[in-house]
Amino acid sequence: MTRIERAHRLGRVGGAVTIVALMGVAGIYVRALAFTPIERFQGAAQKIYYIHVPSAWVALLALGIAGLLSILYLWLKDRRIDLAAAASVEVGVAFSVVLLTTGPIWGKPIWGTWWTWDARLTSTLFLFLLFVGYLVLRGVLTDPELRGRFSAVIGIMGLVLIPFIHMTVYMFRTLHPAPIILKPSPPSLPGSMLVTLLSSFGVFTVLYAGFMMQRYALGLIRDLREEEAAADA
Amino acid sequence: MRNLMRASLAIVLKDLSIEWRTKTAFASGLVFAVLMLAVLYFSRDPTAVSAQDIAAGALWVTFTFAAMLGLNRAFLLENEQRAIDAILLTPAPRSALFWGKFVGNLVFVGMIEAISLPLFVLFYDVVVWPYLPQLVLVITMSTVAFVAVGTLFSAMAVRTRYAELLLPLLLLPFLIPPLVGGVQLTARLLEGRPLSDLSGWLRLIGAFDIAFVTLAALLFEVVVEE
Repeated sequence: MTRIERAHRLGRVGGAVTIVALMGVAGIYVRALAFTPIERFQGAAQKIYYIHVPSAWVALLALGIAGLLSILYLWLKDRRIDLAAAASVEVGVAFSVVLLTTGPIWGKPIWGTWWTWDARLTSTLFLFLLFVGYLVLRGVLTDPELRGRFSAVIGIMGLVLIPFIHMTVYMFRTLHPAPIILKPSPPSLPGSMLVTLLSSFGVFTVLYAGFMMQRYALGLIRDLREEEAAADA
Repeated sequence: MRNLMRASLAIVLKDLSIEWRTKTAFASGLVFAVLMLAVLYFSRDPTAVSAQDIAAGALWVTFTFAAMLGLNRAFLLENEQRAIDAILLTPAPRSALFWGKFVGNLVFVGMIEAISLPLFVLFYDVVVWPYLPQLVLVITMSTVAFVAVGTLFSAMAVRTRYAELLLPLLLLPFLIPPLVGGVQLTARLLEGRPLSDLSGWLRLIGAFDIAFVTLAALLFEVVVEE
């Protein structure tokens, strides 16, 4: 089997995994809306939790994996690692969009405001912007070797930056206490809510795996085709 | 070690003498800083907010933007006729190029800051004289932070066609800790509070300096390797 065929097969497997995960997401919706109790204080708005929190988990997972793959790439210099890191960033950015969209939708009825400069919100926003910058940089570099090295540098720098941003905003907040209590400490969840949340975590992780496999396969196919075109020329 | 320092110094002197002969980047950086300070003065409602209230923010926005405009210059210079290849061909260690550009940028940004600080005092009518050593310390620490990251990123950005656009896009997220810290520290110094009140922010910027100067120096070799 040629490398291209293998990449195509990986893409098809990724597609199948994605379909399974999407059916799981539909299941989560049904379970969250019909079979999980309504939260006493937040009402129906709390249902978004089952999408929001798993998205946050996948976004961090994807971008963390991308950072680790960046270190690995500089060490091993294997182009496939760079493609995998880029695939992970792209999926991570997509989940960050879900995260940053569902957050304000929940925040408006519960906090009374769409956005607030809390440590977690701010670090998510900058993480998102940084990795959008990563994708822009990849887009303007045509030499795959150069693209790999530069992306890895951004990936590693980003990994180190996030704790600093978190600390910064944390100190900014503690020095200027907010007039509104932003988030009460989470109440211990009743069993049925916990089951819904945990299955949502599982489903979203599978969804990540499916997206990641497809995106990586696509990157691989593109890379191999470009190689072929360069060899023909 | 001596070899590294000599080579770095040679690069610093080369860049500064080029700058000294043309003065284009320095003059435009300075005029830009003055314009920013003047424009920001009007970015408030004078009946509700006094100039002193926004002074610290205005100073730091001016410093970071003026620095960002100057940072690409260091490597754009080397891109013409691929002069950077000649530097990389010399037996000087690769890291000499980073330290040379880093120090050169520090001098460049430092000079713009040194001239715009008195203008800032003049425009915003603030008292800095009693806290000048502390203020200089804060400015130095934050400047080191963004010049280190900026030197690394500009070496990458100039390899693309969109250097002017890419550098701010990549650099701004990294400016959050030193910029927020710089504004907080400056605002409190201008209120006459002692620096010991603010050791948390100083520690944060200090840690940022150490982490990112080291990381930038290490990763720079990855960026320039051919």
